[in-house]
Amino acid sequence: MKKKEICTVISQECIANDIYSMWIQTDQIAAGAVPGQFVSLYTGDPSRLLPRPISLCEIDAMGGRLRLVYRVTGKNTGTEILSRMKKGDTLEVLGPLGNGFLLEEAQGKRIFLMGGGIGIPPLVETARQLSGKAQVTVIAGYRDQLFLQQELADCGRLVVATEDGSAGTRGNVMDAIRENGLTADVIFACGPAPMLRAIKTYAGEQNIPCWISMEERMACGIGACLACVCKSTEVDGHSHVHNKRICKDGPVFPASEVEL
Amino acid sequence: MNMKVNLAGVELKNPVMTASGTFGSGEEYSELVDLNRLGAVVTKGVANVPWPGNPTPRIAEVYGGMLNAIGLQNPGIDVFCERDIPFLKKYDTKIIVNVCGKTAEDYCQVVERLAGEPVDMLEINISCPNVKEGGIAFGQDPRAVEDITSRIKRLAKQPVIMKLSPNVTDIAEMARAAQAGGADALSLINTLTGMKIDIHRRTFALANKTGGMSGPAVKPVAVRMVYQVAQAVDLPIIGMGGIATAEDALEFILAGATAVSVGTANFYNPTATVEIVDGIGEYMRTYGVKDISELIGAVNQ
Repeated sequence: MKKKEICTVISQECIANDIYSMWIQTDQIAAGAVPGQFVSLYTGDPSRLLPRPISLCEIDAMGGRLRLVYRVTGKNTGTEILSRMKKGDTLEVLGPLGNGFLLEEAQGKRIFLMGGGIGIPPLVETARQLSGKAQVTVIAGYRDQLFLQQELADCGRLVVATEDGSAGTRGNVMDAIRENGLTADVIFACGPAPMLRAIKTYAGEQNIPCWISMEERMACGIGACLACVCKSTEVDGHSHVHNKRICKDGPVFPASEVEL
Repeated sequence: MNMKVNLAGVELKNPVMTASGTFGSGEEYSELVDLNRLGAVVTKGVANVPWPGNPTPRIAEVYGGMLNAIGLQNPGIDVFCERDIPFLKKYDTKIIVNVCGKTAEDYCQVVERLAGEPVDMLEINISCPNVKEGGIAFGQDPRAVEDITSRIKRLAKQPVIMKLSPNVTDIAEMARAAQAGGADALSLINTLTGMKIDIHRRTFALANKTGGMSGPAVKPVAVRMVYQVAQAVDLPIIGMGGIATAEDALEFILAGATAVSVGTANFYNPTATVEIVDGIGEYMRTYGVKDISELIGAVNQ
């Protein structure tokens, strides 16, 4: 059940260039959250009205806490306002939103958790909850600086790719699969569209079931405004066209179901 | 204290409604908002057949508001009648169906289909700036406004609200044309056509290039237009454009609106509508207003 709450910042830390990690204390949002879902954060700035959809990096359901790892997208942006919040500050949060990854699809299988850039954070909680239940290989693609590598390595095998070759495979996550000769029975992925496109093609060729988490600009975050649609092969349940709502029907879709 | 208002013979428990396109048909928001507390739910525009809408990105944030170019994605009237009307009938609120079309015939088909349905009013969207055909094309020429209004009025079994565009030289002229065509009420304003450019990518922020601007930044334009229209015609007005608080809603009512619609505010404050209902009540108590009708158009000249 989604709730809008006033949450308190527990900690805020810059963990790489433009990448911030914020723990927030929620009342009920964390307790009902699953990996792959997101929350809408409101900046509190009347000139930056729309909520910022941010994926859940870690969920402490018992403690009611959420870890949000996000990228500051530039000067004078909503995410920059979020990054200036300090311990004890409060902010409005709506969530948990979206469907999340279907963890049972990975039960007892060899799974690739593939992430690129700011698509990496939701893999942390996903890997943690799959740890011991599936054979987890996280394949993380970075531009240059690594982040969250310790958290990911704690939950399974971590394979890294960097664009500048400063760590792991030089190139992207697909290069890392080839270079390391990796194979899997199922794939969960989150990242930029070109990466998802390559993974979708690979999964199709290899006949591997694959779920991808999509991204689009959002307004309401709950499926009413129809801003964040993606092209779907199946007719969608809402408008009976071919537009699935990323915020409500997703953000996680079977790769075969969405056009990229 | 009476907060009931009468819109062309339809009694609303209070003057607060949802602006079309920002609230779906209420289902998604019903998890966060008690729909029973609203004067009416105005649905997202519905056409005779399903419309896929525009490519993404469909929205962009701008200072104090947003641009949208959804392009009226909707499931078409058949699904709407089977699914959305029964959903809304579960609540003690009025149902106002927003109708869109590419041609006059499209609008007429939807209006005829709704004649036998348990809906309270029709709001005719002749002001959407984001579709290539229909929409605003009917709303920027007074003769076209009068013509489409009278054609719809001949078929409609419910009171007809014409939703006007602010993207005109003289909105009072459009209001008079709608009145001449037989409109029972007017809604204003729809969004203001705008544009945003991403300077880093050197692209338009919206796939549609232009989009409709809404949000708090447009409110003064909307209040001015509601006032002008209230002076020009003798029809009840539903005021909208940047309403986020009870104070905003009261400005529109004092300018001459009988009811108000809350739109973009739903996106950043899902409970804005009910907070506005409460805030109007508080204002009435503070100023000893016994009946909200005392406030309609009551700005001191």
